[in-house]
Amino acid sequence: MKEKKKIQKIPFILLVFFLTLWMIGLAVGEPTRVLEQAKSICLSCIGIG
Amino acid sequence: MQSIRKWVQTIWIFLVNGYWAFPFTGNMYQGPLKVICSPGLNCYSCPAATTYCPLGSLQQLLGGIRYSLQSGQYYIGTFVVGWMGILGATFGRFICGWACPFGLFQELLHKIPSKKYSIPKALNWGKYLFLLFFVIILPLVVVDQFGLGAPWFCKYVCPAGALEAGIPMVLLMPDLRSTLGLLYINKIAILVGFTIWSVFASRPFCRTTCPLGAFYALFNRFSLIQLQLDEDACTNCKACHKVCPVEIRFNETPGSSECINCMKCASDACTFDAIHIAIAGHRLGAAKNKPTTVPS
Repeated sequence: MKEKKKIQKIPFILLVFFLTLWMIGLAVGEPTRVLEQAKSICLSCIGIG
Repeated sequence: MQSIRKWVQTIWIFLVNGYWAFPFTGNMYQGPLKVICSPGLNCYSCPAATTYCPLGSLQQLLGGIRYSLQSGQYYIGTFVVGWMGILGATFGRFICGWACPFGLFQELLHKIPSKKYSIPKALNWGKYLFLLFFVIILPLVVVDQFGLGAPWFCKYVCPAGALEAGIPMVLLMPDLRSTLGLLYINKIAILVGFTIWSVFASRPFCRTTCPLGAFYALFNRFSLIQLQLDEDACTNCKACHKVCPVEIRFNETPGSSECINCMKCASDACTFDAIHIAIAGHRLGAAKNKPTTVPS
């Protein structure tokens, strides 16, 4: 008889953990800061600053 | 399968670089989509970029952590790390093989006919060091008189930034040309170095230097979507060893952190249907009928 495979739990635990982090970031308003940074030219990325 | 992958990679380039009005506006995209994380390495200062680079953002947030905390804001990078973790825990390094613009750039360069060389395995550890020091520790610890850290990886290393932002922005904004100096020369030199290396070796930046690849590599064994080996079907013919672009022996090390899940081994090498995609440990799609041995 074919052995029934178990569902891996680790990916779901990791997903819940990182989703929680993401939501904490959202709650403290981090997306505003990220957007602010992403909208302005990053001189370091270009190789100037 | 590999032609589908090329199409997916190309589509991703245009999804994360979808602003093609920049030659007319003379500036980069500054819209609200930039709050979305680019899964692959894609500089957010590229004039066409429509998403943010997780590495760039994380370094900026860590560099400004003192200032944020002093002003009562808790911008410590949880939003960015959360995005990266959700992507990593879901796809692992499928992102490297299927959705990274700089990965595709290296793959195309590697198609140029030349003698091909392997990369010493010890160099694979480099990317973890870049993640630890250039993305996390140095931006946190080395600060100026105002308490601000620099985005070390972007500033001193990132060749994707030089290619996607450094060259086009300097062409787009002539005023920037007068400010170019040693930093710019250093970044262009690194870009040229990886460009030449990519012709002779497969994906050298991904394997030795990319901190984003290093982060996703941590999830390769635990991600929701994985490339798995059916040990019963594997005959140890070693065909998968010969086609792997990152020189791993898939049947000996399934779930290797070096595997970019390009699936070349499954589509171009394995004739025994021993390599397949699995979601949470369950095979995606039915197994093909395997040849059975007749007992004598």
